[in-house]
Amino acid sequence: MNKSATQDPSIIKTVQFEVLRYNPEGNEAPRLQNYSVPVIRGMTVLDGLNWIKEHLDSSLSWRSSCRMGICGSCGMFINGLPRLACNNQIVHLHSDRVTVKPLPNYDIIRDLVPDLEGLFEKHRSVKPYLIRKDTEEQEKPTGEFFQSQQELLNYIQFAYCIKCGLCMSACPTVATSENYAGPQPLTAGWRYCADSRDEGLQERQEVLYSSYGVYRCHFAGACSQVCPKGVDPALAIQLLKKDAFLRSFGFGKKKKAGPVLPPVRDWTPGGKIPEAPAKTVPRKTE
Amino acid sequence: MRESRLWFWHILSAAVILVLLGIHMGIMHLGELLHMAGIGSGDPVDSSQVFGRSRQAVFMITYILLLGAGLFHGLYGLRSMFFELSLSKSLEKLVGGVLAVAGIALFLYGSYVAIVVYQMNGV
Repeated sequence: MNKSATQDPSIIKTVQFEVLRYNPEGNEAPRLQNYSVPVIRGMTVLDGLNWIKEHLDSSLSWRSSCRMGICGSCGMFINGLPRLACNNQIVHLHSDRVTVKPLPNYDIIRDLVPDLEGLFEKHRSVKPYLIRKDTEEQEKPTGEFFQSQQELLNYIQFAYCIKCGLCMSACPTVATSENYAGPQPLTAGWRYCADSRDEGLQERQEVLYSSYGVYRCHFAGACSQVCPKGVDPALAIQLLKKDAFLRSFGFGKKKKAGPVLPPVRDWTPGGKIPEAPAKTVPRKTE
Repeated sequence: MRESRLWFWHILSAAVILVLLGIHMGIMHLGELLHMAGIGSGDPVDSSQVFGRSRQAVFMITYILLLGAGLFHGLYGLRSMFFELSLSKSLEKLVGGVLAVAGIALFLYGSYVAIVVYQMNGV
């Protein structure tokens, strides 16, 4: 720790960061490296890693961007659980030792950087976009696709996924079965199948209901436990199973995509919009 | 949707096993209670009792049903375990085929035994 850090009165305590280091081009095997990090109030694990990079070891590598749990870049295996480094404060870990490793179930590119290509490949395989029969409307749109509030609520929870990959790293089936689609792609598949504007179930079911689709899920629930956005992938998988069951025995609802709304023309504000209040402070230019 | 149907039968067979195993446990291990209730009599594992039950059509059908449900549930579970080894498509088909043939053969043999015992008039 440098001198200025030890004298800072805002430092609550010092914790030991145990960080996995690995460079596939230079190291034979991953190893753990220790760093002492002074912790201030509100400091996240990502802040701790930034502090290490700035003060102790500039060669340490990880992936991060937004620092507010939105981009999903900084997924790491922190004190035995897959978490977002930016979303977890060090004091909330209730430990003087913070062990940081790259996410399990992925290859390591370097240090804490996992190779997420496999995740995105599986994600693409479920065709995560609206599929409709009116292709001409999609290419040359004349209006908006109608969707009611209730229809939005059917899938909105699953649309919060930020593709951080924590669910895939927590899933015991992904750990043992390489071909299993996994919670993130299956959830993405359900997100679109449950969308009232979509008609793509036929095209997706080849992946969703294959021998490596929803039926390989053991329902351990680890995916939902670690999801930082409350998406609940385990629920999405159960809803996919329910939907498949109903359809395979002819009980499923025949889905017709939401219609295109006629464009709004010649719109003028109604008379109910109140006037802005009178200015109380004159502008300097006036 | 083939996998969806297989999965449905897997779940249904579990429910059937649960009910039939419940009946089995009741007959085999709650004999005294059943006797006190005036339903059963004698030792349930006595050979005369066993053959006596086997000669009843209800039990013969129950045995065949339990055999079918047990075989399907167990072999589908075994297939799932093999599939988690990330087999190639051709190996998957081979495993599925072998398990299906084994299941059908065991079911036919077990059903044959249940029907023969049903038709016997004492040993």
